[in-house]
This record gives sequence, C-alpha cells and structure tokens, in this order.
Amino acid sequence: MGTVPSALKHCLSYQHLLKEQLWIGDPAVPPPAAPHPGQESQASGLPEYIKIVEVGPRDGLQNEKVIVPTDIKIELINRLSKTGLPAIEVTSFVSSKWVPQMADHKEVMRGIERHPGVQYPVLTPNLQGFHSAIAAGATEVSVFGAASESFSKMNINCSIEESIEKFEEVAKSARNMNIPVRGYVSCALGCPYEGNIIPAKVAEVSKRLYSMGCYEISLGDTIGVGTPGSMKRMLEAVMKEIPLSALAVHCHDTYGQALANILTAIQGVNLYTVMEAGNFICTALNKKTNSKVAQASFNTATIN
Amino acid sequence: MGTVPSALKHCLSYQHLLKEQLWIGDPAVPPPAAPHPGQESQASGLPEYIKIVEVGPRDGLQNEKVIVPTDIKIELINRLSKTGLPAIEVTSFVSSKWVPQMADHKEVMRGIERHPGVQYPVLTPNLQGFHSAIAAGATEVSVFGAASESFSKMNINCSIEESIEKFEEVAKSARNMNIPVRGYVSCALGCPYEGNIIPAKVAEVSKRLYSMGCYEISLGDTIGVGTPGSMKRMLEAVMKEIPLSALAVHCHDTYGQALANILTAIQMGVAVVDSSVAGLGGCPYAKGATGNVATEDVIYMLNGLGINTGVNLYTVMEAGNFICTALNKKTNSKVAQASFNTATI
Repeated sequence: MGTVPSALKHCLSYQHLLKEQLWIGDPAVPPPAAPHPGQESQASGLPEYIKIVEVGPRDGLQNEKVIVPTDIKIELINRLSKTGLPAIEVTSFVSSKWVPQMADHKEVMRGIERHPGVQYPVLTPNLQGFHSAIAAGATEVSVFGAASESFSKMNINCSIEESIEKFEEVAKSARNMNIPVRGYVSCALGCPYEGNIIPAKVAEVSKRLYSMGCYEISLGDTIGVGTPGSMKRMLEAVMKEIPLSALAVHCHDTYGQALANILTAIQGVNLYTVMEAGNFICTALNKKTNSKVAQASFNTATIN
Repeated sequence: MGTVPSALKHCLSYQHLLKEQLWIGDPAVPPPAAPHPGQESQASGLPEYIKIVEVGPRDGLQNEKVIVPTDIKIELINRLSKTGLPAIEVTSFVSSKWVPQMADHKEVMRGIERHPGVQYPVLTPNLQGFHSAIAAGATEVSVFGAASESFSKMNINCSIEESIEKFEEVAKSARNMNIPVRGYVSCALGCPYEGNIIPAKVAEVSKRLYSMGCYEISLGDTIGVGTPGSMKRMLEAVMKEIPLSALAVHCHDTYGQALANILTAIQMGVAVVDSSVAGLGGCPYAKGATGNVATEDVIYMLNGLGINTGVNLYTVMEAGNFICTALNKKTNSKVAQASFNTATI
C-alpha cells in the first residue's frame, strides 16, 4: 500500500466516514447507512442497549502516576456528565493513607454537578467509608471483592470471607437507606499472585455479593490476562448463579485483549463528547491517550 | 483496586500464569491446564488451526517512517523464520520511485535464509515486478487490488479494471511456472477517499481475483475503521462467492478494533489471519496512529482460545524486540509491552 498525500486529511468522504463511524451528532438518531441498531443487534443476538459505566475518574485516576488536583477531577466528571454516559464512578471513600490519589473524596463528591439520569457511584470498602460517603451526598455505592484469597489479603488486608462480612454491613445499611450497591469481583480471569483462577470461585464470590443485595456484579479482569476463551468459561460459570441482567464486565487492556473479551461478553452515548473529555484529562495529565479511537480521530479529521 | 507492590514482578505464580498464557516452550506441546486445543475449538465452532501470515517485513516496514537497512531486514526475516510462522511476506517488487522503503527488494530476497515449510511471498504489482521477483528467487507472489475506485487510482494509478488486467497477466505467467498467487482486496471495510464501501463490491473484486487463480484472498481493513458488525456483513457477502478456506483477514488496529474484528471473522470460520510483528507499520491516513495489528497480540488471543498456530509467541516477541531496538521505537504490541515490563526473562 503506497503513501497518501496529505490532502487526504481534508477529504470530505473520509471525514464523512469518520463522522458516521464516530456517530457525531444526536445520539438519539441512529447513524445513516447502517441498519437500525435494534434490528441489527436483534438479528445478531447482541443486546439492543449496553450500559457503559465510566470508571475513569476513580479506577483510572487512582492508577495514574500523578495525583490530580481536585478541580481537574471535578471538571473531568462534569464534562463526562454531558456525554450521555449513564453512570460515572466518582471517587473512593478509603483512607488517604492507603489511596492518596483519592484523598479529596469529600471535596470531589460535593463539588461535582449532578445531572438528572446519571448515576454517581463511589467506592466504600467498609461501614465507615459508607457513612462518610452518604454524609458527602453519595446516592450509590460500590464494594470490591476478589476471587483470589492472596489478592484480597494483599489489596485490602483481609481474607475474602472477612471482606464479605464488611460488605454485608455496608449492604445492610445501604438497604435501610434505599442506596443501591454495586459489587465488583477482581481477578475474575487471573490473579497476579495466584495465577489461574477457577471459574467456580468467581461464581461463588459473585453469588455472595448478589445475595447480600448488590444489584449488579462487575466481573473484573484485573491484570488483563483474559482471552475470549477464558471469558466465556468464566461467564458460563457465573451465569449459573447470577441473572444475566445483573452482570457487567470490567476488562483491562494490558495484553490488548479487552475489546475481544468485551465482544465475547456482549455476543448509545455520544462518542465525540467522550473523546473531548478524554482530551481534556490527558492534556491536564500531560500524557498521551490510551484510546486508539481518540488517537486516530484527533490526527485525522478537522474537528468542528 | 489498589496499587501492587513491586515485589509482585518477581512473583512466581504470576510468571507461571504468563508462561501458560504465552505458551513459552515447545509449540508442539499444548499448554498445561487448558483443554486440548482441538477439543475446545471444535466445541466452540472455531477453527482448530489458524495460519498466521506475517506481513511485518513488507507491509510493516513499508509504513514506518525510517528506511531500514538491508541487513536489518534480512536479520528480522531470519528471526521470524525460526518462530514457526508458516508465511512471511518478504518485500515488494515495485519501483523504488514509488516505494523507496522497498528499494532493496532484490538484495533482501537473495539474502534471507529459506526455512523448509515456510512460505516467502512477495508483492508484484505487474508483470515486470513478477519477472524481477522470480529472477531474485521468489517462489510465491501477491497482487493488491482494491474495493474502491478512488483508492485504486490514488494508490496504484489505475482503475480497478485496469489493475485486474495487470494482475491477470501476472497470474497467467505464475500459473505457467507453478507459482502460487495470493490476492489482496484493500478498503474492504471502508475507504479513506470514498468512505463506506458496500460489501457487494468487495465480493465482486474478490471474485475477480479468485477466478484468475489466486489461491487465497486477503480482505484488508486498510484504515482500520471496521467493527464486528461491518466485518460480519462484508464476510457474509464475500462468502457467497469465495470458499471459506480461501479467505483471510488483514485487520488494521487504527481504531483499536482489530482483535474484535479478527475474532468475528474466525467465529465465521475464517482460518487465515494477517498480522505484523510488534504491530509494525503506522497508518498513513491518521498521523501518529497505529496500523497493522500486532502478531503477538493475535497469537495471545488464539492461544487463549486453544487454537493451534504452530507459532512460539516468545520468539516472535524477541524478533519484535530486535526490530524495535533497531528502529529505536516502542513496540505497538500490548503483549510485548506487558511482558517485557513484568516478567524477568
């Protein structure tokens, strides 16, 4: 394939194609020249609608090297609130001794705009964190379990069983206050300490979280080692215990497998505004985006 | 999820997991603790074996910014020859005026080691290139068509019909000499000039190439805009004209969709996948963006699915490390990135 003149970059048809692919425009309107989303996905056995839970401000920023100033975090979340994303994980009510990146949890929780129709869950590892979150105005919380004993001990300093007991306290208080609780299961496809994780263990921990009242269980490939095969086997085991509608996947892209794994798991949101929010935070962090769509799009089309 | 202590990096269990996933060791031996590759993939409807066509030395290096010295190219190909890859695209017999990166095609062709059981196809856009390739020792050639008129004119200076006529000359000569010919169809899922490409057009061009004697048709998502939906629709159209066993997919990862698109294709029964070591080759249509999907990432996925490729992932990563060091660039393979930073080698 030969080289292409730079005039291409302004080629109307290419920009038109990108616009179609990127669904720039009213998300309520299906893109032109594509089958009606409902029709296509029904015919292919895929869900008609997929809820995207945006974890950038919490899981993302917590794992970046720099500690992000509070006002930048608030600005990022406010921008994400305008994209159509139905859920944005805001922060984590854990001790700043353990997670300094989330030390400003109260200020962020109180500082963000709340858009109608958008959920703003926060992490609460125990009852103390839960009460602190409620006091700061949280209306949904998350608890983080693991399918690996070693990971549980190294990450949150207690066994799976001990962590479940703490979460049960949170879930009980949350139920009394009509606060929804989301459950996460880490190491669903592999553990950095134990290696392989058997699907039955993931199903067991998921069931404990679901039984205590979590409305949704997010199955996390924490170190990104999963592949479509292991994703399928794990989901088959979990689906014996948890209704499909209560399942979510949280795939890390460490080995480049995330989209293939997500596709396996799944057999609309305005993308352009999400890209703009991403551009904002990367500029603030002075880093390159990890999104290939953003990389390709910002270097190709002139943006209006 | 909290931070992990650096002691982790030496954790034996993690390295064990990586070794299982990366299939370090004899590729003829299936990895332990995984179902027999044949059994699993049969049960899932996936092919038992997938042929990987390595395009790094040609499609990859052609689209890198620097021009790579001949001896480096030869060394890369020799290293790739030892990985178990069944086919390695060596070079392109086109005029150096058009493609300066491939100007040393004769020297490279003559300089590489030929391993038994490995194919070494080369690009030949016309009869002149074909004869030059044969004189230099080539034993398999490829021709590159497009599903888009505009792309054909901009890329190779002639219409689709004119290009087909040139390829037919090549195919005829090749047939007389028992030289296999592989056909490529560019812009199968979208064109940088025309935008959307209708699947029927891809099927039509594929059929012309197949009818002239190409043994395999590689369907290329040249600008990486495809997604599982468009891949499925395109393959459904092409599969009406071409037998499944003669189809390959050549997915670019410009929008991060390559593995998902490849998975979709193999779920439909496609058993040949093109990829590029270290994800060599940027995209000329999106500055700074990536192009070819990385061979390492594809093999990692296929290993996980229990699909046999015959390729030792670790040796591919080493070849990728070699060329990236020579090019002074970072690998585009996430598997290589993760592995070289995690395990002690």
